[in-house]
Amino acid sequence: MLKDITLGQFFPGDTAAHKLDPRTKILLVTLYIIALFCAKSVVSYGLLALTLAVCVRISRVGVKALVRGLKPVLFIILFTGLLNLFFTPGTRYLVEWGPVHISDTGLHNAIFMVLRIMLLIMGTFLMTYTTSPISLTDGLERLLNGLKKLHVPVHELAMMMSIALRFIPTLIEETDKIMSAQKARGADFESGNLMQKAKALIPILVPLFISAFRRADELAVAMECRCYHGGEGRTKLHVLQYARRDWIALFLGGAITAGVLVLRQFGL
Amino acid sequence: MESETTMATMIQTENLKYAYPAMEGEAQIFALQDVDLEIEQGSFVVVLGHNGSGKSTLAKTFNGVLLPAGGKVYVEGMDTADEHLLLAIRQRVGMVFQNPDNQIVANVVEEDIAFAPENLGVPSAEIRRRVDNALAAVGMSEFVRHAPHLLSGGQKQRIAIAGVIAMEPACIVLDEATAMLDPIGRQEVLSTIHRLNREKGMTVVLITHHMNEAEDADRVVVMDNGKVTMDGTPRQVFTRIEALRNMGLTVPDTVDLLDRLRKDGLDVPLDALTVEECADAIAHAVAVK
Repeated sequence: MLKDITLGQFFPGDTAAHKLDPRTKILLVTLYIIALFCAKSVVSYGLLALTLAVCVRISRVGVKALVRGLKPVLFIILFTGLLNLFFTPGTRYLVEWGPVHISDTGLHNAIFMVLRIMLLIMGTFLMTYTTSPISLTDGLERLLNGLKKLHVPVHELAMMMSIALRFIPTLIEETDKIMSAQKARGADFESGNLMQKAKALIPILVPLFISAFRRADELAVAMECRCYHGGEGRTKLHVLQYARRDWIALFLGGAITAGVLVLRQFGL
Repeated sequence: MESETTMATMIQTENLKYAYPAMEGEAQIFALQDVDLEIEQGSFVVVLGHNGSGKSTLAKTFNGVLLPAGGKVYVEGMDTADEHLLLAIRQRVGMVFQNPDNQIVANVVEEDIAFAPENLGVPSAEIRRRVDNALAAVGMSEFVRHAPHLLSGGQKQRIAIAGVIAMEPACIVLDEATAMLDPIGRQEVLSTIHRLNREKGMTVVLITHHMNEAEDADRVVVMDNGKVTMDGTPRQVFTRIEALRNMGLTVPDTVDLLDRLRKDGLDVPLDALTVEECADAIAHAVAVK
């Protein structure tokens, strides 16, 4: 049951979108988010939606998978949309029915806000769908490398993240085992109210934590035995290297963002 | 007269003592007491002992995971207590532990094997070569892009061994590395390390409590109460049946059978360790009778 959780949600593939350097993709998503927050008009939103559509097409990630990604945030999208719709004061009211008012700016804001959140989430998901968690961490580590001078523990954070990713399946398996063991001794996880269900989790969490700490201890020793001594002087099996396609993608991304900014200047 | 040995010493311990931190008001118990061992390069040494005999503690002093409370440990002449030599020592003596899950760091096999050479600052092209060689050495080449958590226990442990080999160590210490595996997985791991010892001349120190894993060793060291109580070839050690039983250890099934036949009056030798040798010896004895 627990094994069905897809984490990182990476769909392996061999398209240009998959082959892009993770750093490029992180930068492009950042640019896209900036552009989204600067977009003001139908023209710029149209441009950004079109960009996403082209990227989705290139990546061959199914539209279904992308829309499924929106599900967990559906509530937030609806809430934001409705809030904007009903509570934005405007010059002209389209609907005035009792305490319910819908102004023209309200409608305008609601549509654009919902569009903005949806594009934002789908754009980010497209990155995680086409980039393995490992290369994503790798890309982040390399991008933030400059922060090391400010004593930000960039390498340590990246190492923590990749170890966390590595141990998710192991700990899920362990949770499954502990649950079975406790059920065999008569533990009941299904019935009762919320309070009782929460209490029933204690006999799962305590052994899980104890074992996680023991694992951490053993892993630390094993890592030291394999000469781990921090990020200093470390090399990599796969060295990230910008290719021509990365420069082209970054150029296009930059051009579109610049286009949105120019359109904003013209009030579009 | 000093004998001139052709083999160089890989690991040497001198009056090695170790004590785990004692609880308040309790006397300190030494996990290791005056251990003097010399492990020769290229040899296959099995360290036997029941739980709490100090065999795992001994293993952990071989690459400076634990530092001696008294005495010295030398790896190719380097003192493990010298902090500056620690990386060099760990590169020479690789260690594989009991639970493969807790020593694999990455979620792609090749990334995990690359971990040690990456730590050592080896250039990328050379890391690639080492990863491929290490995988070939443990017979896992086709799993290069696999996720380790989907492999079997024996396969995972072979990946862990490959991760150590990628450092290109001279010696590999396996601390109960077969204890959690099923018989098939155990056989996979054992044949892998025997091959490494034979073909690459790698020194192997195998810590275990399974008697039959010691049959093919060059040398068997038996530990009890933090001391080395026996040290010799498998034949020399396993024929001391009574002494082994007094330490809570069993003898291999073949030796046990021969011992019982002898007690019943059949004239068989005690030191036929493998099943074939044992069968031949019994057949011979029966024919003579």
